[in-house]
This record gives sequence, structure tokens and C-alpha cells, in this order.
Amino acid sequence: MFRTALRNVLAHKARLLMTVLAVVLGVAFVSGTLVFTDTLGNAFRNQSAKSYDDVAVAVTTYADQRDDKTAGIDAAALKKLQGLDGVDTATGRVSGFAGVADPDGKLIGNGWSNTGGNYSPGKNGKDPAYTFTDGKGPDAADRIALDKETAKKGEYQVGDKVRVATNGPVKEYTLSGVFTTEDGAVNAGGSLVLFDTPVAQKLYLRAGEFRDATISAAAGVSEEKLLTDVKPLLPEGADAKTGTALADEQAKQIENSLTSLNTMLLVFAAIALFVGVFLIANTFTMLVAQRTKELALMRAVGASRRQVKRSVLLEAAVVGVIASVVGFLLGLGLATGLRSAMSLIGGKIPAGPLIVSPTAVAAAFGVGVLITVLAAWLPARRAAKIPPVAAMSSVHAVATVKSLVLRNSIGAVLALLGGAGIVAGAATGSSGRTLIGVGAFLALIGVIVLIPLLSRPVIALVRPSLKRLFGVSGKLAAQNAVRNPRRTGATASALAIGLTLVTGISVLGVTLGQAIDRATTDNIKADYMVSMASGDPLDESALAALEKAPGVTAVSPQQAASLEVKGDYQSASGVTPGDVQKVFAVNTVSGSLDSLGKGEIAVGDKTAKSNGWKTGDTLPVTFEDDKKGTLKIGAVYEQNEFLAPVLMPKNIVDAHQSRPEIREIWLKTDGGASKANEQALIDALGDNPAMSVMDQQDIRETFGGFINQALNIMYGLLAMALVIAVLGVVNTLAMSVFERQQEIGMLRAIGLDRRRVKRMIRLEAVVISLFGAVVGVGLGMFLGWAIGETLKSDIPGYALVIPWDRIGLFLVLAGLVGVLAALWPARSAAKLNMLTAIKTE
Amino acid sequence: MEGFQRQPIATPDEALGRSPNQEIPVTTTSTAHRVTTVAARATDLSKVYGEGETRVTALDRVSVDFPRGEFTAIMGPSGSGKSTLMHCVAGLDSFSSGSVRIGETELGSLKDKQLTQLRRDKIGFIFQAFNLLPTLTAQENITLPMDIAGRKPDAEWVRKVIDMVGLSDRLTHRPTELSGGQQQRVAVARALASQPEIIFGDEPTGNLDSRSGAEVLGFLRNSVREMGQTVVMVTHDPAAASYADRVIFLADGRIVDQMMHPTADGVLDRMKAFDAKGRTS
Repeated sequence: MFRTALRNVLAHKARLLMTVLAVVLGVAFVSGTLVFTDTLGNAFRNQSAKSYDDVAVAVTTYADQRDDKTAGIDAAALKKLQGLDGVDTATGRVSGFAGVADPDGKLIGNGWSNTGGNYSPGKNGKDPAYTFTDGKGPDAADRIALDKETAKKGEYQVGDKVRVATNGPVKEYTLSGVFTTEDGAVNAGGSLVLFDTPVAQKLYLRAGEFRDATISAAAGVSEEKLLTDVKPLLPEGADAKTGTALADEQAKQIENSLTSLNTMLLVFAAIALFVGVFLIANTFTMLVAQRTKELALMRAVGASRRQVKRSVLLEAAVVGVIASVVGFLLGLGLATGLRSAMSLIGGKIPAGPLIVSPTAVAAAFGVGVLITVLAAWLPARRAAKIPPVAAMSSVHAVATVKSLVLRNSIGAVLALLGGAGIVAGAATGSSGRTLIGVGAFLALIGVIVLIPLLSRPVIALVRPSLKRLFGVSGKLAAQNAVRNPRRTGATASALAIGLTLVTGISVLGVTLGQAIDRATTDNIKADYMVSMASGDPLDESALAALEKAPGVTAVSPQQAASLEVKGDYQSASGVTPGDVQKVFAVNTVSGSLDSLGKGEIAVGDKTAKSNGWKTGDTLPVTFEDDKKGTLKIGAVYEQNEFLAPVLMPKNIVDAHQSRPEIREIWLKTDGGASKANEQALIDALGDNPAMSVMDQQDIRETFGGFINQALNIMYGLLAMALVIAVLGVVNTLAMSVFERQQEIGMLRAIGLDRRRVKRMIRLEAVVISLFGAVVGVGLGMFLGWAIGETLKSDIPGYALVIPWDRIGLFLVLAGLVGVLAALWPARSAAKLNMLTAIKTE
Repeated sequence: MEGFQRQPIATPDEALGRSPNQEIPVTTTSTAHRVTTVAARATDLSKVYGEGETRVTALDRVSVDFPRGEFTAIMGPSGSGKSTLMHCVAGLDSFSSGSVRIGETELGSLKDKQLTQLRRDKIGFIFQAFNLLPTLTAQENITLPMDIAGRKPDAEWVRKVIDMVGLSDRLTHRPTELSGGQQQRVAVARALASQPEIIFGDEPTGNLDSRSGAEVLGFLRNSVREMGQTVVMVTHDPAAASYADRVIFLADGRIVDQMMHPTADGVLDRMKAFDAKGRTS
């Protein structure tokens, strides 16, 4: 049996190629994902282990610059740690944001990955965490050291002047040295600026205090012993952990973030494989049909049904194994490629060997072989049912009508159930998402089951126009497309699945994007928003500088604050009275925002309602510094996305905060946004690379840009499923051409020229592709609508947007897919040898 | 299928209810007349396959005329080159040397596109396996060649043809709903509908029972007699050949004999004679 199966595989190489390719792509996706994430995980684990190599115990105090009550580690405390038995060195650390400007004044890196820290030489005059490749550590207030990568990006040499922005104004320092480090953040592509310790302490905490301390052990002292010794010496609120524990913690964190990446990629791999199933099933159905006589003969000479079935399954297994091997190798290539691609887009990955885990190998082969055999199951069963007498008759068995009736009933029930689930889920609101998920799955399966039935009426609709446009070729193509509804259905299904997902996420993405755009334009009047690239609060000096900038007509900070009212904390925004309504679109429900100028506050409508507050009420409040007082509500306003539900005059907030936490500064300029106005703001800020000045367009992109990015990533991942679907179309057409050789030969004989034979095949492909695409687009829009309904309550200004332009593009692409898929089958149909074709056997 | 034992086709005499011995009056066409109104002509036509040792001569300098308005049958044993001759003359196959003319057109110089056009406009085909398109109705199958050409069918003529083959009540049926004989009648109608210069039949009765076969042959002969159609048919069934005005005998790629006004018995005798000769030589 095995030999027969093997021989059959070899005999149908060309036909099986598409099948193999589909499995190969799926397996490559799966194994590539697994190998990539394993490799990444290993590299990061090694990295974090290495970065804690010298650390026996790490102490952290959570001391906060803005909060005087928190204590850091002062010199005396550090000295006590240093004096402990078994301690080799105890190094104090303090760190925070530090952005380096390149010679053009632009920030190197992307804000959240720019850090600064202290250079802390030990007894030997060296800081063990850093290895200097050039120069030496900063030993004066006006000196800094840079990591090698950042120095290279800024083209800085030792002795050069470097502009560094921390959360205060920009300062110019002299580069004293360039270093390398095992620090994970730096190895992941971030920048690191080292300051002289007193400078760093002043910048990031308080003079003379460290936030953290790392302790290295003397030879022969265990981490645990050191930890127990260190603990009693710690100030209140501080925490100590061993280096091993921290390395493990970091590794676990990395693992977690990789797991979600892994899951996401595997979901897309599953989609690709699911699509592949249709292609495989189609191929095997075809192979079995072609071999009806041969299989019947085997039955006639005594092979049992089981043996026939097993021979087909074995054939599938052989295909699966071959495809798995190729797919796995391709997956290794994919993983390597992904790694270099990641470093190309700036995500630096620590070097490390390619990790091929047994799980990855097992998964690749398991998936490849299992999927192929599973997809061949139905065709194998059909093969086993071929009666021995079929060997004698020349007529091929015709598909029974009965099974289609059953199939349609099942499909209709599934589709209806699914549709009902989706609609019900949409009606339920945000809790209906699970229902929609289940419904979507059922509906998709239902539609796939129903597709053969749908194909006839849908394609019949376009037949007249095809005939009018393309004459005989069009007419025949439309008819050929529905000749084998099952096959057309399976082919179209593959495309429909891909397009359902693509359309669904497009509808959602575009809808959300526009909602965000609308929220921005509806809520903001300001021309500019200034904030720190790092996401840290802005320094008070920035506000003062901007108030004086030329062209500025209104300016208000959005200063984070909070109030305690009757035991409940309310987050509040400190704003500039009089200017706040010029930079934000704030609609008052009652009262007036002018009341802010009189030391009153304003409350958002939803918050006012839920607390039973109204304009004119006086609230007893506790401020952030625990001082008590009363505040009068001067206005109630429609809540704004960019403001907290309580507005307070800035001076009241300031009175109760040791260091103001200004999140953003909003500005209105004379004549609106313009190049000159923007430059004026940048100049006023001292050309600080760490601060970003955004106009409304930039704001929209910051808040909505990730949606486009996410969409593009998903399009990319779904492309794999679409490629497999295209292979399916190629396969179906190749089969059709092969089956209809005689017919095509006759058409050529009675005068259909090659060009029109090609066109006939091409149109058939386009019809099938577009049919699948239309079904997918329809289902996708339905799903997009349903999920959107559940998001409605969370997103203000939600309105469903159908991206007709994108959907149109998808349909055009589907048509092109058809043309592309038909290239080879159409050529072979046109090149067909007429004489062999019309000759009867 | 060749050599397969089938029911013999009823001779025209039997089909028309006449005794086989009865004289059939046939109008003879003069040779001179024939030359001027030839529908297709092959001159020194040769077809060689392969090279060197595997070289096979399928047609060896065959010259033959197919006069307009004549029903010619080409006969010969398997491998005699009868199908090749038909394929070459019908523009389905290329030939090695010599010339073929359909009407005034020389085929040798034509490119594939022009050949296709020629087949479309000037030639009708009837195949052994019917070769109808299963997706089209009988009516649509009949007008298919005109559809391909983008011509409007001559409605009156098409109706006449359909009436002749007796398919008026089957026009909306698809081929799978028709019997073999009916399907071949559709094929005959398809060949006739476009009023081609010449119709080629490749074993048109090969897949039919004797009654249906006789019907189809009757239609072909009628089309020649009543509509002035030219028909060339390849067959190896003497009874089928007896419907023709003339039978050409091929053996080893050469025309070895011809018979005017053939009868089934006459053809059979001639075939037997070749067979015997083939065996002794």
C-alpha cells in the first residue's frame, strides 16, 4: 500500500505542488513563529542574566522627586551597606529621562527609551557596570558619557559638546567618554547618558540621595546571606532582591510579552492553515475522481474499503511530511529574516544562536501532516465508497444531489444561528463580544458550507454582463465557474475567509480612526500641544517660556491633580482660567468657566450627575497635601476627552503640589498653526530635543496612528492566508483545464482562437475570485458593524464608517488575483494539443 | 475505439426500406465540373512524424479532391492515415509538405490565428464523442460557432436545419438530458448551422447504435442532396461508408483505391481484399 501511495504522489507531482505549497507556507509560518520567539526569548534571557551578573543584591526605594515624604538612600546609608560583611561594593544609582540631541537638534531615539543615570566609580576608580571604549567616565558637573551606539548615531567624539535634555531645560555638556554596557534597555536600542553622580542626583531625585543601590558580593558570599544582612539596614518602603531573582523576574516579563506575540502570530498561522485545508481537500477530491477507475480496479481485485481509504490517507501523509520538511526549513529562514527585519526597523535584538526547540519541530510536523491528512479525510472516504463495478463503466460517478441538500440545510442552520448570535451580541453592547465571536465562527462555517449553493444564483447575476462584455468567452466562463459548485465553493471559501477578516478589521480600524480624529477636532481648539517625548511631566519653566513666546494668544497647561471629596478620589486638571476655553472646546451645561478665575472649580456632567453635584454647590475637599478646604462648583461642562472630569485653576493646584505635574501645555497662536509659529515655540523652549511640539495633525496621528500601524501589520499577516487562497485558485483552474481538455479542444477546432480560450479561463478565475471576495467583504462588513456596536459605549462620537475605497481596492485586488492565478492554467489551455484533446479514448 | 465490435449500421437501402440489390440512381458529376467547384483539395500532401529511426510517414504524397456538393467517405484500416488526412485538410494539424486548399485558401501559409478563423468560418465538425458543451442548451450548442464568430445566425436557416434533424422540441435541453443519437443530431445541426464550405466528420457514428447512426448519416446525406453541402467523413464501418457518394481507401498513408456509389457489401469486399493483400505481402 505504501508503495502505491508513494508512486501516486510522484505521478501527480505537478498537481500536488500547489497542495504542498499551501502546507509549506502554513508550516513555515508556524515553525518560523516558534523558532523566532524561542530565539528572541533565549537572547533576552541571556541578556538579562548577564546584566545582573555582578549584582548580588539590588535595593530599590521608590523615592520620588515630587514627593518629599519618600526617602532615598543617602550617603550614610550607602556607607552602612558598604560596611557590611561580605559586601564587595555597594553602588548608589539614580536614573531618569535624558534625551540626546543629534547635531541637527533632533532627539536620538524615541522618547521612552532615552535614559540618564549616574556614573559611580568604585574603589578602583571604575564603575563596574560600564566598559569605556573611549575616554573616561564623567568626573565633573559639565561632563557626560554616552553609550557607543548613541555616540555613533550623533557622530559625537570625546571632547565634543553634546546637548542633553532632561525634564528641565536643555544643557550643553562635554563628552568625556564612550562606553558599552550589558544594560538591557541600551542593548534593545535605547540611549544612555551618564552624569557625574551629584548632577544625576539633583536631576532625578534630591541632592545626596540615590533611588537604588546595587551590591556585589565578596568572593564566597551567597546572595541569600547578603540579602538577609541587607534587609535590616533599609529605609522604610525600600525593597531588596537578589540578582538571580531579578534576572528571573525580567526573564519572565520578557517571556510574557513574547507569549502574546507568539499567540498573535500563531493565530494568523492557524488562519493560513485553515484556508489551506480547502485547497488540500480540493486537490485530493480531484485526485480521487481522476483515479476512480484505478481505485475501483483495486477494489475489484480484492482491496478492502479500508485499504483504499488508507492508501489515500497515506498519500496525504507523504505529501504532509514532504511539505513539513520544506516548510520547516523555510520557517528557519523566516525566523532569521524576521530577526534581521526587526533590527532594521530599530528594534535591536541581542545576538544569540537560532534556537530550534523540539516543540517547534514537533509542532511543524504535527501541524503539517495532521492538517493534510485531516483535509484528505473526506476525499478518502469518498474513494473508499467507489464500487468495484466502476472499474467497468466508462462513466464517472456523478456527485449525488442528496448530500448537497443535507449540506445546504446544515449550512443554512449554522449561518442563521451565527447571524443571530452576531446580531444579538451587537445588541447587547460591550458584553456581547464573546457572543459575536461565537456567532462569527458559526456564520463563517455556515457560509463556507453554503457557498456552493450560493455560487449559482450569485454568478448567474453577472452572466449577462460578462456575455455582453466578453462575448462567448464571458458566457462560457460564467457557466464553467458554476459547473462544479463544490470545487468553486471551496476555492471561493479560501478567499472569503481572508477577505472577511481583512474587511472586518478595515471597517473597525477606519471607524475607530475616524472617531479618534473626530474626538480630536471636536475637543481641541488649540493650535499646538507641547509635551515631553518621554511622557514625563513638563518643567514649570517650559510653561513660563511659552507664555512669553511671540504669537501665543492663549496657553493653558493640563496639570494632573487630584481631590478627595467625601472619601472618593477625583482626578482633576489644573488649567489657566480664561485661556482654558480658548484651547479646549468646553461646552458648559450650567454656570460659566469664568468662575475658575474666582477660585471656583468646574465639574464634568457625568461626574456631576453620578455624585449629585450641581453648579453653586460647595464641596468639602482634601487636597493632595492632606490640607482640607472647600471648593465651590462654578460650572458643569460636557466632559472632554483631553481633560479630567474636574477643572481647577492652576494656582490652587500649585498651592498643594510640591512639584507641578504638567502633562501637556496647550496653545493658541496668532494666525493658527504655521511654520513660523511652530519655530517660535521651539525657540522659546530653548530648542529642547526632549520636548515635542505637535499641531492638530500630529496629535491625530499620535492618538490614531497606532490604528493604521496595527491595520498594516494585520494586513501583512493576513497576506499569507491570501497567498494560499491564490494557490487554491490556480489549483482549481489547473484541474478545470485538465478535465475539460476535450471541450477546449473542440472549441479550438470549431474556431475559438487561443486569445479567447485564455480569456475564458481568466474570466472563470476572476469570477470565482470575485465571488469569494464579495462573500468575504459582505461578511466582514457585517462583523465590523457588530463589533463596532459593542464598542459604541466606550468611544464617544462613534459612527460606523464603511471604507468603500479600501473595500473597492480589495475587490480590484481579488480580480487581479484571479487574473494572476489564471496565468499558467490559461496558457496551458491555449497551448493544448487540439488533436489529442478531441480524440476519444 | 477502433476495432471495437459494434452493431453494424443499417445500410441506406435498409434504412429507406429498399432491397439492397435495387439499383440506386446517382447523378454523376463530370470530372471537369468537379475541378472548378472543389470545396477542398490536397496536393502531394505528406505528413511525417519523428526523426531518424523513429520516423513514421503518416501520409505519403496524397492528392485528393473533395468536390462541392459531394459526400465522401475516407476508409482504411487503423493506422492507414485516414484521420491524419482529415485533420490536415481540416486545418487541425500541420503537414510536412504538399498543399491543402479550402475553397480558394491555401492552408500551408496560414498562422494559427488565421487557421482558427478559417475553421470557424469555413468548416463544420462532427466528432465521434459528440463534443457538445454540457453547460449550453441544444440551441446554444447549435449556434455556438456563430457566437464565437460574433455573427448573427441566419434564423431561417437555423430553423430549417433544426427541423431537418428533428430537434425542434429539444432545443432547451442540455446535452446530459439528451440521448446519444439526439446529441449527435445537435452536433450535425451545429456543423450545418453556420453553412460552412465543408463539413468533416470523424467517425460520427462511432458512439451510436445502429438506428441513431443511420439517422445521423441520413441527415448528412440529405444535407448534401438537398442543401448542396459538402461532407467528408472518416469511418471504418462499411455500412456508414455506403451512405457516401464516393469512398476513398487509404492504406499506409496512400490512397489505394476509390469507389463511386458504394454499397455496404461492395465496400466490405474491397476491404477484405486489402486485408488479404496486407496479410500476404
